Amino acid sequence: MFDGYTSSELMSIFAMQGFAGLSLFSVFVLMAMGLAIIFGQMGVINMAHGEFMILGAYTTYLTSGFFQSYLPGLFGGYFLIAMVLAFIVCAALGALVEWLMIRHLYHRPLDTLLATWGLSLIMQQAYRSIFGAREVGVELPEWMIGAISVTDLVELPINGLFVMIIALSIAVGVYLLMYRSGYGKKVRAVVQNRPMAEAVGINSAGIDRATFALGCGIAGIAGAAFTMIGSTGPSSGQAYIVDTFLVVVFGGAQSLIGTIISAFGISQAQSTMEFFLSGSMAKVLTLLVVVGILMLRPEGLMALKVRR
Amino acid sequence: MGTTDIAARGRPFGKGTGFRKSLMTLAASVMLATSAHGATPATAEVNTTGLAVTDDTVTVGILHSITGTMALSEIGSVQAEKLAIDQINASGGVLGRQIEFVQEDGASDWPTFAEKSRKLLRQDNVAAIFGAWTSASRKAILPVIEQYNGMLYYPTFYEGLEQSPNVVYTGQEATQQILAGIDWAVEAKGAKTFYLLGSDYIWPRTSNKIARKHIDKLGLKVVGEEYYPLGHTQFNSVINKIKLKKPDVIFASVVGGSNVAFYKQMKAAGVDFTDEKPLLLTISVTEDEIRGIGGENVEGIYASMKYFQSLDNPNNKEFVAAFKEAYGDDMVIGDVTQAAYLGPWLWKAAVEKAGSFDIDEIRKEFAGIEFNKAPEGYVRIHENHHLWSKTRIGQAQLDGQYKVVYETEELMEPDPFPEGYQ
Repeated sequence: MFDGYTSSELMSIFAMQGFAGLSLFSVFVLMAMGLAIIFGQMGVINMAHGEFMILGAYTTYLTSGFFQSYLPGLFGGYFLIAMVLAFIVCAALGALVEWLMIRHLYHRPLDTLLATWGLSLIMQQAYRSIFGAREVGVELPEWMIGAISVTDLVELPINGLFVMIIALSIAVGVYLLMYRSGYGKKVRAVVQNRPMAEAVGINSAGIDRATFALGCGIAGIAGAAFTMIGSTGPSSGQAYIVDTFLVVVFGGAQSLIGTIISAFGISQAQSTMEFFLSGSMAKVLTLLVVVGILMLRPEGLMALKVRR
Repeated sequence: MGTTDIAARGRPFGKGTGFRKSLMTLAASVMLATSAHGATPATAEVNTTGLAVTDDTVTVGILHSITGTMALSEIGSVQAEKLAIDQINASGGVLGRQIEFVQEDGASDWPTFAEKSRKLLRQDNVAAIFGAWTSASRKAILPVIEQYNGMLYYPTFYEGLEQSPNVVYTGQEATQQILAGIDWAVEAKGAKTFYLLGSDYIWPRTSNKIARKHIDKLGLKVVGEEYYPLGHTQFNSVINKIKLKKPDVIFASVVGGSNVAFYKQMKAAGVDFTDEKPLLLTISVTEDEIRGIGGENVEGIYASMKYFQSLDNPNNKEFVAAFKEAYGDDMVIGDVTQAAYLGPWLWKAAVEKAGSFDIDEIRKEFAGIEFNKAPEGYVRIHENHHLWSKTRIGQAQLDGQYKVVYETEELMEPDPFPEGYQ
């Protein structure tokens, strides 16, 4: 397939393809981080994860509309504020959902699957009633559109770079929170041994709520970021949910590092194969490889070693 | 899913009694007017098969998804069909009878479409069903509507390869849309190489098959053909492939949420469609879709369809004004919405020509039925139950509307089973 191309053309295409893989990687990290916290740390199968992401996207949409109408001069910077708002809105709803629903189901993990699936349907229909069934267009500030041309052929999309930066910051932030803060220590204690954690005076109910809210909040930020590259509609969240679970389960449910490694592996495999095969075949092969590896390592790539 | 049973019964504006009253008066006066020509035909004459027809009403069914993934696309069709029904009622109804409708929700779930169409035909005895959007939902309805001998008016442009005696296809079948589009790209833009890109299901695959055959016939070259799963959101790899192959034309049939991702990422990758390098020709992005994608992301692309909201003719101006008055100024009207609007009108024309609501009587009359007031201009039903219609090329503008740059001189003949293209 490379007949008739000069070596410099090929080099630039490979550079671009590498960039495509990296930006897919950051998308996966963003999608999976929130779920890795909720599913991995709490064992809650949150089927409404995609809908929380879309809530973040709608928050961005509303913020952009607000800035256009009332503060057009500051429109260039609205996106950063939108991301903060998306985090707050989603985290608040997450805390509410945990209080109303999830906390009653900790002992019945499979029921959380059904309950959160129901929640996802409710949220989708709510979006449909509030924002209409049609997708909404989120307008981006001028500086986020377009690409930086490195050479004639190598052009790096600005929003791709932006997504990478957000993904990186969130990954670092979550790492610091989980492994370098008092809160993180408590979360890990609760995950490893709930009764013992309670015995030493950790408020496990409070930890649960905060953790669930955090996961949802991160989903909100992801949703805000995805307005740049994807669609914002009532059921757009469904497009992400399968990939998200794939990344988290493949990485090993309880390991955040595993999530990142698995996001990297899947994204590189997929984007390389997409280049040489057709899109659908690439997806099928990726799934086959993942299933194969999971059969050999049912716990995922990075299983947390704890005594049970 | 499938438990949500949102059934609405009644006249389109059934809530306001004031409106209903004025409608009754209107109906009464129209009846007086028709009785001057001759009395409204007796129910026993016009309905020998037990349809829901009374002396002054006739009931039809509307069956689209108003919940679920497809609601996005199908709501425009529901609105158009209701508007047509309102207008027909205001002008005296069909054979002197006011149209009432029963609306059912297909909930984006194909078995639900089958179940609801059975309910409409068996329980409500509707005289016609306006509905379905995806090919999958039409295929689900097909055995039911054929078993109980109903009549479905199907609005979406689709892949062809079907011709049921119980369906009228008011959208274009694939060859009408594709052949004219490719011919235009070759003649007007000198295109020589094509890259075919679509979502991975029957419509894009069939469409690209037809496109490929046609491109081969013209002696030109397809340099790539790609399909991505429905809902796919990452198009960077294919964008790189396109950059590598440098085709003259990207022929795109990506649908749904993937559309938004594809065009946003093309734009982000530094592709400016107004340069027409490459030129993008789509058969799936209507004004409806542009609302979700954003005009700035598709400015400059070309679409090959039979209808654009910007069409400059008196019928269309009236239609657009009426649609906006009924549903709000910010509404946009895409190709399928217009085709859905044709459904009730064509049904009315067929019923009145046959002088009967009976399906078998109507069917005999379909071939040659014309509709002069169509927003797209003039349409005529072919004996294969598809419509003769013109194909137009529009170029997307920043404001989300298409500017018509070309239209076929003649009506394109519908050819659902194109020879040499299968």
